[in-house]
Amino acid sequence: MNNKNKLSREAIAMRVTKELHNGNVVNLGIGIPTLCPQFIDPDKFIMYHSESGVLNYGEMASERREDTNLINAGGQYLSWDNPGMSVFDSAESFAMIRGGHIDVAVLGAYQISTQGNLANWKLTNRKSGNIGGAMDLAIGAKKLIIAMEHIDKKGNIKLVNKCSLPITGSKCVNTIVTDIAVIEIINECMVLKEILPGWGIQDVQEITEPKLIIDKNLKEIQL
Amino acid sequence: MTNYSKIYKSTHEAIKDIPDNSSIMIDGFGAGPGGTPQNLIKGLKKIGSKNLIIIGNTAGITMATGIGIKEGSKDIDISILIDNNQVKKIIASYPVAPSPSILTSFEKAFNKNEIELELVPQGTLAERIRAGGAGIPAFYTPTGVKTELANNKESRIINNKEYILEYALKADYALLKSHKSDKIGNLIYKGTSRNFNAVMASAANITIVESEIILETGEIDPHHIHTPAIYINRIVKSYE
Repeated sequence: MNNKNKLSREAIAMRVTKELHNGNVVNLGIGIPTLCPQFIDPDKFIMYHSESGVLNYGEMASERREDTNLINAGGQYLSWDNPGMSVFDSAESFAMIRGGHIDVAVLGAYQISTQGNLANWKLTNRKSGNIGGAMDLAIGAKKLIIAMEHIDKKGNIKLVNKCSLPITGSKCVNTIVTDIAVIEIINECMVLKEILPGWGIQDVQEITEPKLIIDKNLKEIQL
Repeated sequence: MTNYSKIYKSTHEAIKDIPDNSSIMIDGFGAGPGGTPQNLIKGLKKIGSKNLIIIGNTAGITMATGIGIKEGSKDIDISILIDNNQVKKIIASYPVAPSPSILTSFEKAFNKNEIELELVPQGTLAERIRAGGAGIPAFYTPTGVKTELANNKESRIINNKEYILEYALKADYALLKSHKSDKIGNLIYKGTSRNFNAVMASAANITIVESEIILETGEIDPHHIHTPAIYINRIVKSYE
């Protein structure tokens, strides 16, 4: 089973972009989510928000034009050239998040439970973790998409009945895009919506702890 | 009275009275040096005040990780105060390096129980500081509900949704960095370096700013001011 094909991190990001719609305000977490913009259909207008205090940023800055005064939450330098960009302070940045003005947040995860609880800020073997903006985004974004590998590097299951790690938010996850499946959380159940060609339902179930509900219109993942 | 000036002739003069046991808000998003008052931090190391409580977004991660630092630069963060045993407690949202394999000064001290941590979600941190400066003693927020951060916090159902009570944060001092200041302390920040600066300005008893550019009072268009002069007590010129 481990020899089966899986989506690359880029391909996961590419699938996530199909969930982002024209005019959406979107916040992208560190990791796979930050790979999304390159795959957006150029006909779609997406306004990206970052906790650092910037809305409607565009490309990363070219190497010669890097400015420590214009960064995203991951510390990457942004370009000054995007028309319609705005900058603001941290209280305002989080008023946008907590106040329900962000349409979609895309984050990574350590564990997700069948209730839609998200754990992504603290590992058990470390005395402290980083929360940053994750707890605000988890409960504040209108839709929360998780982009991640289906199991972790050591083979541990990440889709679980109950999170053993400290949670970031309760009942907050809507959609999970992994390297083998697309799953939606509906009425505290994990519903398998899409599956990677070459993988059977049973193969996905074996590395998913909660009993999957199979969507009537189960499809192959289309990129 | 346009000659009135809050400008101090040196960093040292502006901060030399900060005593032991002070609580100090220090700006900077922490993912890189933008908005970080590096000269004031160096000055604070020099005067050596002890048992400080530092309030900021990170506990100093840029020096150890290189995040947001340009190659060859000598950017510093509050790690130099931790290394100098000046800090007893940190209040932050993103205290440690993203990768567990990189140990910051804070995490080394924290693992040895030499420093305390109060971990606060970033939006709650910003709002607690904003509330502190705005005369609001506490507020209910949905962030953190049902997480371990909600333990021992009051909660309340409002319109069928659960919220937890968070208290305002104030400090003895705030150390800020601005792009421009006039002589009475009207400030303009550059880009995302506004982050916690504009929020902390109002939440401290004494707010000290280092500014890249200092202008005559009246030279900044009133429409363009991010932090009005009312919040600023002392100004020093920032140098590279």
